[in-house]
Parts: sequence; C-alpha cells; structure tokens
Amino acid sequence: MASATNSETAGGAHPGYPLTRAQLLQMYRYMVLARRLDERMMTLQRQGLAAFVIAGVGQEAAQVGAAMALRPGVDYLAPYYRDLAVNLVFGMTAREAMLNALGKRDDPNSHGRQMPAHWGNRERRVVTQSSVVATQLLHAAGIALGARLRGEELVVFASCGEGSTSRGDFHEALNFASIHRLPVIFFVENNGYAISERTEKEMAVPHVADRGRAYGIPSAVVDGMDAVAVYQTVKAAADQSRRGGGPHLIEAKCYRLWPHSSDDDDTRYRPRAELEEWAKKDPLVVLRGRLMEDGVAADGELAQLEAEVEEEVREAAQWALRQPDPAPEDALGYVFKEGG
Amino acid sequence: MAAVTVLEAVRGALAEAMERDERVLVLGEDVEAGGVFRATDGLAKRFPGRVIDTPLAESSIIGVSIGLAHYGMRPVAEIQFADFIHAGFDQLCSEASRWCYRTCGDAWLPMVVRTPWGGGVHGGQHHSQSIEAYYGHMPGIKVVVPSFPADYRSLLLAAIDDPNPVLFLEHKRTYRLIRQELEGAPAETVIGRSRIVRRGDDVTVIAWGLMLHESLAAAEQLAAEGIGCTVVDLLSVQPLDRETICEAAKATGKVLIVHEDTLTGGFGAEIAATIAEHAFEFLDAPIRRLCGPDVPAMPYHHAMEAFFMPDRERIAAAVRELAAY
Ligand SMILES: Cc1ncc(C[n+]2csc(CCOP(=O)(O)OP(=O)(O)O)c2C)c(N)n1
Ligand SMILES: [Mg+2]
Repeated sequence: MASATNSETAGGAHPGYPLTRAQLLQMYRYMVLARRLDERMMTLQRQGLAAFVIAGVGQEAAQVGAAMALRPGVDYLAPYYRDLAVNLVFGMTAREAMLNALGKRDDPNSHGRQMPAHWGNRERRVVTQSSVVATQLLHAAGIALGARLRGEELVVFASCGEGSTSRGDFHEALNFASIHRLPVIFFVENNGYAISERTEKEMAVPHVADRGRAYGIPSAVVDGMDAVAVYQTVKAAADQSRRGGGPHLIEAKCYRLWPHSSDDDDTRYRPRAELEEWAKKDPLVVLRGRLMEDGVAADGELAQLEAEVEEEVREAAQWALRQPDPAPEDALGYVFKEGG
Repeated sequence: MAAVTVLEAVRGALAEAMERDERVLVLGEDVEAGGVFRATDGLAKRFPGRVIDTPLAESSIIGVSIGLAHYGMRPVAEIQFADFIHAGFDQLCSEASRWCYRTCGDAWLPMVVRTPWGGGVHGGQHHSQSIEAYYGHMPGIKVVVPSFPADYRSLLLAAIDDPNPVLFLEHKRTYRLIRQELEGAPAETVIGRSRIVRRGDDVTVIAWGLMLHESLAAAEQLAAEGIGCTVVDLLSVQPLDRETICEAAKATGKVLIVHEDTLTGGFGAEIAATIAEHAFEFLDAPIRRLCGPDVPAMPYHHAMEAFFMPDRERIAAAVRELAAY
C-alpha cells in the first residue's frame, strides 16, 4: 500500500480537479481497497471464520474524500465503526484490517479485546473508540483543547452517523467546541438509516447541518457519494479550522448499501426499490466513470489497479487467518497503565 | 505550621501540582471563580489559562477530560456535587475505565475527577449522595476516599501523577470540619492502600470519610468503657487493600463496617465478602454493617437526615453489641 497521502497538490492539479492525477488514482484505490476488504470480511463471516462484520459499503466516497483532506500523522481521528476507509488513508494496512476483522492477537486496534471496526492506534493519532455512539465527539473536543493549549496546529476529525446525532454527547461536543472555537471537524455520514430507523425518526429537521447551526457552527451539506466534492468541502473547512477558525460540521449525504451489520436483515424495513435507486449511485462506479470520462485514467489502468487491490486483499486475508489468536488468559492485564 | 482543613489541603495540592507540572489543568463548573466550595479559589489568577470554566454539562466535563488526557495533558476535573456525576457515568464506565484495557496499553488516561460527596450538610436527596459503590465497580478507574487533610494532599498529588483515571472523593461535611497539622502527620502516597489508624483488641471498625471520624470518636468513648477498637481508614475503594482489611479483621475477630451509603449493594458488602473469604477462621462474630437505610436517597429535613446517617452513638452501640457477642 502506498504511503500516507499528502493533501497538497504537489505536481499540479488535474484539469477540473483540486487533486493531482496521482492523488485521484490514490483516492480511487483507497475506495476499492475498502470495498474489497468489506466484501472479503463478509465472505469470511459467511464461512464462519469471522464472527461479525459492520461495513462502510456505500460510504467510501465520503470517507476517503474526507480523510484525504486531512494530514495523517498531524491530525487526529476520532472515527466511528464504519470508517475503515478513513483508517486506510491514515495508514492502516489491509493485513491490519484483516487482523482486526478476525479479532487476532496482533490486531493493533485492540488485540482482540473489542469487536471488529472499533479503531484505535495512538501512534497514528487514531483515538480508541467504544461501541457507545457519539462519546468520541467529546474526546475530540478535549484533544482539540489540548492542542490549542499546547499551540499545536492540527484538526481533530470526529465522525459519526446521523442517528448518533440524537445523543446528548453530540450536542454537548458541538456546544463545547463552539464555545472554545476548537479545531474540530464534525463529520456526519448520513446514510439514511440508524439500523432500521429512518432519519425522520431521529430528528424533526431535514438536515443534521441544521443542528450544527444551532450551536453557531458553520455547517455544510455535501453529496457524500462524490469523493471529490467531499474532499473539497472538508479541505476548506479543515484549513480554516486549523488556523483558528473554530469547528465545522459537515454532513455527507450518502447511503448504506448493505444491511446495518452481518447480523441485520434489512428486508424487514427497507424497500428494495429504494436500495436499487441508490445502488445506481455507487460511489466507486461514479468515480471510476468520471476518471475515465475526464481523461484521468483509461479503463485498462483502472482494471489493473483493481486487480492489484484484489490480490492485496486476498493475500491479507490468507495471511491474517494464519496469525495467532489471543490466548484465553490474554483477557487479563492492562487494566491499569503501569508507571506513566 | 498551623493545622489545615480538608479544603485547604485540597486547594494546596492543586496549586502544588499546577506549579510543578505545566500539563496540569483544572476544569469544571464555576472553577474560575473558585468553585461553590472554594476548592479552586485563587488558582485562575495564579495559573492563567489553566483553570477552565466548562458549560453545565457533566458528560462534557468528563469526556473532554478524556480527550485532554489522551492528548497528553493532566486534567483535574471538578464535578460540583457527586450527585450530578451520573450524567458522565457513560464516559467513566464505557470510556475512561476501558481506555487502557481495550488498547492493551497503547493508550492511557492520566486524569482526575474530583467531587464532593456525602451528607450532613442538609443537602437533601441530590447533594448528599455516596457514589463509591457505583464507581468502585469499574476496574480501570481508581477510587480514592481520604479522610484526613494530610492524606487528601498526598493522595491528590498521587492521583494527578497517576497515569490512570482516578475518581477523587472529597467528603463535603469534612471540608471545614476536620483539621490537621500536616507536618509529621501520616500521609499515604500510594493509591490502593488502607491504613490502621487505631489499634484495640476487641472490635475492628472499617470506615471512610465522615464515618471514619465518627468511628474514631466512638472508639475514644468506648476506650473509656474498656472496649478496644481497631479502626481502619479505607482510603481507597479501587484498588481495594484486601491485605490490610484482613489483617485488621484478624486482629480482633469482630468487624463492623460503617458507611453512609445505603445498605444493599453498598461497598461494605464487598468488604464483608472479602473478610468472609479470606479471614473466616479468625472471626468470632458475624460481620456487621451499619449503613444508611434502603431508601432511594438521603432526605432533607435535619431530623430525617440525622436518622439516615450513622453517627458516633450508633457506632458505639453497634460495637458494644459486637464486643458482647
Ligand atoms: C449509545 C448507543 N445506543 C445504541 C447502540 C446500538 N447501535 C449501534 S449502531 C446504531 C445505529 C447508529 O446509526 P447511525 O448513527 O446513523 O450510524 P450508522 O450505523 O447508520 O452508520 C445503534 C442503535 C449503540 N451502539 N450505542
Ligand atoms: Mg445512519
């Protein structure tokens, strides 16, 4: 996997784009990698080799577009469970993603102590997250306050789903970050559903962005199926935020193309016709089409990239399956940090 | 040196910690103005920018402290009354207590949450609560309950230095009631140890906070009657000093546990179970608990408040019964 993406357009932007050709290919590659990983994880789950999968399928454009607008190694991530692709941009490898999916001993996120897709990696500045939705938004505010006090220029990227914006911690975090004008990007991936509940059951206003404005936070709605549009929106917000412009909220309207998780049966609540409509806007298909249309890459080049990713994921899964499981007694230890 | 109150010891320790470590911050409701109990009086002026008023939102205070600690600061959060901490229960239980565990030590949280607890100030149902049983049930968070000013100072400094989340409980009735000359006074510097503060042959009393002082007063009275008490100042709920507790239980074979919290599921149950498991052969009487009654909360009126809270008379009566057993 290529190294972390530089969000600056070093070699000159491709005509009509805010990114270079290499960055656009990288963008597409991350999206394909995330998709193939999710698919492989689900296969492993169906084979009884993985216990649980919660995927980001349909949200790759939102995630990769946003993450590429950040600075890996400098900025912090306080992500949520669907953000596999965000983590890939911040340096997680396919092998690590597979270790995580299988709960293996060497999974850097939690060494098998948390369910899959609960990210965390101190060195990469990915903040450990629990299953409890929206709690991480307050951690993001705290990190941003710390950075402010220390005079470090960075942003904290804090994401969640739209359903999670009904929780008190979401509102408390927006309020706190706005009062102190902290460098936090609240990124809401509005995929239309909180498990089975449509957005109308989560809020009486049409947009999560409306909620952001109530706290005095500049809040934008962006097409979350368009990676480049998301990149541009997040980049502009992050650049402002980093220079003292206070928090921003960005609501990426996207769609969950899969059931909530490997345990969910979405036919109980979701009309097939709606799903088929959204499937036509599959962000991978859309970006691939644009890249060809705009002369960024030819079909053959993209097909080769896809084949490489396919092989990378296949190899990662095979490798991860052979890695050691935690020992039963690994349930003990690290209750407290020693020394310090 | 003059004797200092619990409150002065806390304030002094905060200033001392802020003086020696730039990463130490104080945050909470009204802390810039000194706080409702004046525990942070003068700190905002002395340490500009490092004493931060927060919105009235307890989950924020704890959640933001988690972020600050993860980033590398040493936040000392104040929750104005222990009774209001529960809005932050999720942040303590689901987040702070598991931070180190769930990352296998990749991440950790050097943070302190201070809060005044306990009754005896006519605080009614929502300004009198004991919370050690709820929060002592979260391995991953240390829960400290000092009783004497010298321990308040040394343990608050230890809590701030600790790389783990520490809930630091301050008994509000003792804030101005209990004084101590710090020089030469025993001062525990290690979180997780209890101390035997009085030795006697007949009955062992285990207590913390205001009840520790009531127990000592009862012990004094009983000594005149010829009944000797061993008294344990618990100091820490999590980690629990099982060794000292059992040593004290074995010394007399008769144990009374006193706490303000309601009886059922109170922390005394854990202490009693510990003694029953590890010192059963040394017991000469059933372990007794003297606690608040099983009602939802401490009532307001002074007559009912006094009825709710154990005191030296009732402690002495319970000890006499045990001694006679
Ligand atoms: C506080 C809390 N309540 C309930 C759950 C169970 N749960 C997990 S995901 C989820 C839906 C979240 O929806 P949304 O925020 O829209 O995110 P999405 O899954 O759609 O990406 C629920 C109810 C939880 N994890 N945390
Ligand atoms: Mg959703």
